[in-house]
Parts: sequence; structure tokens; C-alpha cells
Amino acid sequence: MTEIVVLSGKGGTGKTSVTAALSVLIGKEAVIADCDVDAANMHLLLEPDFSESYDFYSGEIARINSELCSQCGRCQQVCRFGAIDFNEDGYKVSELDCEGCDYCRKVCPEQAIEMLPRKSGILYKSNIRTGTKMVHATMGIGADNSGKLVARVKAEAKEIGQKENKSIMLVDGSPGTGCPVVSALAGANYALLVTEPTMSGLHDLKRVVKVIQRTRMKMGCIINKSDLNPSMTDEIHQFLGEENITLLADLHFDTEFNKAMILKKTIVETDSPIKLQIEEAWGKIVETISKK
Amino acid sequence: MDKSKPVKIAIASGKGGTGKTLISTNLASYISEKTDCLLVDLDVEEPNSKIFIEGDFSLQEEIFKAIPQWDESRCTLCGACTTNCKFHAVLQLGTMVAVFKELCHSCYACSELCPEEALPMKPHKIGEIGILKNGALNFMECRLSLEEEQAVPLINQAHEYVNQHFSDSSIQLFDCPPGTSCPVIAATKNTDFVVLATEPTPFGLNDLRLAIETMRGLNKKFGVVINRYGIGDDEVENYCISEEIPILARIPFDRKIAEDYSQGKIAVRGNEKLRKAISELFINIENHLNHD
Repeated sequence: MTEIVVLSGKGGTGKTSVTAALSVLIGKEAVIADCDVDAANMHLLLEPDFSESYDFYSGEIARINSELCSQCGRCQQVCRFGAIDFNEDGYKVSELDCEGCDYCRKVCPEQAIEMLPRKSGILYKSNIRTGTKMVHATMGIGADNSGKLVARVKAEAKEIGQKENKSIMLVDGSPGTGCPVVSALAGANYALLVTEPTMSGLHDLKRVVKVIQRTRMKMGCIINKSDLNPSMTDEIHQFLGEENITLLADLHFDTEFNKAMILKKTIVETDSPIKLQIEEAWGKIVETISKK
Repeated sequence: MDKSKPVKIAIASGKGGTGKTLISTNLASYISEKTDCLLVDLDVEEPNSKIFIEGDFSLQEEIFKAIPQWDESRCTLCGACTTNCKFHAVLQLGTMVAVFKELCHSCYACSELCPEEALPMKPHKIGEIGILKNGALNFMECRLSLEEEQAVPLINQAHEYVNQHFSDSSIQLFDCPPGTSCPVIAATKNTDFVVLATEPTPFGLNDLRLAIETMRGLNKKFGVVINRYGIGDDEVENYCISEEIPILARIPFDRKIAEDYSQGKIAVRGNEKLRKAISELFINIENHLNHD
């Protein structure tokens, strides 16, 4: 099974719209993983049935038992995260600040602190309208997006893909360059980049490419809204050439993307000329990944 | 508004690419026509506000986090550090102790609980800040090193730096990372008001809901800016009205605004449509802050 991760660096370049369009094109042959767990959107286009759901726990959180607490304040002294508050009711853990390091529990002379598992999200396995399965998730408020949930979504999708003999695993990654992106890249075979011809788009693309280059995976790039700033599009072409990244398509700005989204469809289900370009881009990806 | 204390305004969003940086840079430019203003780019994984700010950094500083460093001469290989680290960042491997700095949360537990003082905390570079002054506008960029995965320690230190060095800057804007997880919590912490940028599409609405849930969980005062107004449907607007969430401004979909953005230009100076929206946004933020 070939694992393809879609990334962008900058948000809002059309990463998810392109991933969903590819899911429709590939159909039953692919298993889908929505690893943009911070702002998951693929479910809006692919109609998952949420048939299985699991609570996801990651890390721990401290809790102070006020009946045992002698109010010595030792926990507050050792906490580097400012997570122990003190008021007339005594000492209390601020759940959003606690990182679960366990230091306070270890130094509490009254053994008044216990560590509880922290629920950080819900993971779903769904059947989707393209006749295949998708693994996706929702994160709890302010949860620690350290990449653990991303890793779990990927692992579940991989298991389904292997069990059902899928040839492709398509992963929608998150914007940025941090933990969730690194986690989405782990074990992948190909990175599909979606960018836009803005100075911010190119700046962020360069950063994420540097992170991907630590692995040896092949990369291809789709430039969305390429007609918005033709000279910036040229600059991106040049950058791709220098870094040996395949240019897969220049897509013109097309409001069909938005119109399709409102109808819960993808661009390849419209009459837009972009449909053909996405099909050609997919052809180029297949050519690359079948070379090995 | 309390004139003696700086007013801190965060610009955030669930979905990436909805206009956080467009709003932050243009709002900062607009405010600095009249009064002192500080803009801080806290989107540390992909900082790109600088593209829109003229001038070079007059000051650059490295930012560090504390990580333990093994002192072989003191270590008795008792194994306490490995037991005390909840993040598996300190591991005893045979006759040596290895520190995995990217996993370290700087909780100090291994260091301070080591009976031999064999793990002193030492600074480790995680990123850089750059500062420049351009007329009444102060700008500070925070950039995470590409080898680093955790954004939160850098964001927390950036807030501290602002409190120490810019306490006389009466209006402070913070361009936040996208999403709803830990980096956003850290970035919006201690701010007085949060502007949530969104776009009128199903993706925009879905991620706006998540962002609103997060802001409510944090007890933040917030309002919404609808960017690319007119490009999609009315669902975002209907949702805000039914939830009684203030719509602070509507930035019309306009190819000229998009082109200026793509070229790194501040459109608020020449584009009347954007100027009207940004001035309306500023008036509405002031009204919300004055009313309570």
C-alpha cells in the first residue's frame, strides 16, 4: 500500500478540497485518513456514517483531593506550567495548563494528588460515499495536539487498508511544520503539496519542504489559484525545479470549488476544466509511485 | 478601555487561510496611522506577517527552553530520571542516559528529583524573535526552529517578552496559529478580546464552530470577521445571528484584495473596500471592550 500525505504549510490553500477530489477519483482503491484533526473538514464532502467511534486518551492530568491536602503549597512551587491555582477553596489544578508531568504528585507529602487519564478526542471509523472507509477524529477543546491522535488515525487507517487490500492510503495533513505534520509524514511514501501563488504561500511551502526533505520521499506540487499572481506562480515553478519537486498542475482560480463544497461535492464532480487537470495530476503521481 | 494597561487583541481562526494575517497586518497598519500599536506574529510554525511589514529587524534574539543535560561524572545510573519523566524524554540506555530534547516539556522533574544533581537544566535554542519599529508600529516576529516540534514554549516566552519590553504599547495585536489545540490556547491566553476570522463556506463554518466552542471554554470575549464575503453561502452569517455572536466586519470578496495580499502589500492604504471593513472592525472591537 502506498501512503500519500497531502500538506501545504500555509492553511487555506485548498489542501482538503484537493484530497477529497482525489478520494472521489481513486474510489474504492483508497483508504482515507483525515489527519488535520485540529480542523477536520473532509467529512463535509465525503459523507461518513460515523459507524464506529472510540474515545481517545492521551497523557494525564493531575487532580488534588482537597480532603487530603494540607495546603503546604509544594505542588504550586514545583509546577513549571502555572497549572496550580490557589484561592479560598484551596489548591486546584487548571486543566488547560496542566501538562501531566506528574512532578506535583511525586512531591506531595500528603499523597493528595492523583493522575487521571486525559480524554483528548474521539476517533471515528466510517464508511464514506466513495465506497471505501475513512478514519477521522475530533479533538477536545485545547487538547494537546502532539501528533499522538494523528499517529493513531494513521495507524487505524493503515490497518484497514492492509486488511482490505487497498493500494493507496490518502492522508490529509494539517497546516504548519510542527508535531502533527511530522506525525502525518511518518512512514509515508509520497508528499503531495498544495500551495497558492502568494508570498505567504511560497514562504510556508519552503518551510514545510525543508521538513519533508529530512525523509527521502518524493514530492509533487499543485499550485492552486495560479492566475492570481502569475509572477509568483513563476517563482514557485522555479523553486520546485531547484528542489526537484514535480509540478503536477497549475489550477486557475475557480468559484466552482466553493459552489461544489456548498453542494457537498468535490471539484471532480463538476463540469469545471479543473476536473481534467486533477485527473492528469493523479496520473503523474501514479507514474512516480509505481516506478520503484 | 483602561488606558493604563495595554489592550491585547488576538486574531485567530479554526480553519487556516481565512485571513488572520490579512486582518492582523492591515489592522495594525490602520491603527498605527493614529496611535502606537504592537503587532506580534505568534503563528510560530509559519510566521509570515513580516512579508507585509516594511523595514529590517533592528533586534534579533534567540529563544531557549530548558532541557536537562546529563553529567556523566555525577550519575550513579540509579534510573530515577527515567522513572520520573512522563514524556519518555530521558532514557537510561545501558550505562548512559540519553535526553530526547524534542520530547522534553521542561518540567524539571528529572533534574530536581535526581539525587546526584546529575541532570542540570541547560538552555536549548527553540526559535528566534525579530523586532522592528516602523513609525508608530512596533512589530515582533516569533519563528520556531524547523527542528522543533513544540510551538507552545516559544509562544509562552513571546508573551512574557511582550509584557517585559512593550508594556507601554497601548494596543497589542497577536496573529495566532490556526486550529483549536494547545498552540492557540497559549497564543490567546491573557488576551482581552479574540477576533475569529472565517469564510462563508461549509469548511469555514465547521471550523468556526470549533473555534467558538474553544473560546467559550476559555471564557473569552470574541467576535467574528467574515472574510471573502459573498464567495459562498449565508450559513456562517445565519449561525452567528442565531448564536448571538457579534459579526465585527465583513471583508468583501475582491480580487484586488487577494492580489495585493499575494504580493505582500498592505491593501488598507489604497483599497477603499478593505479600509471600510478594517475601520468598522476597529470601531466594533473598541465598542465591545468599552462596554464591560
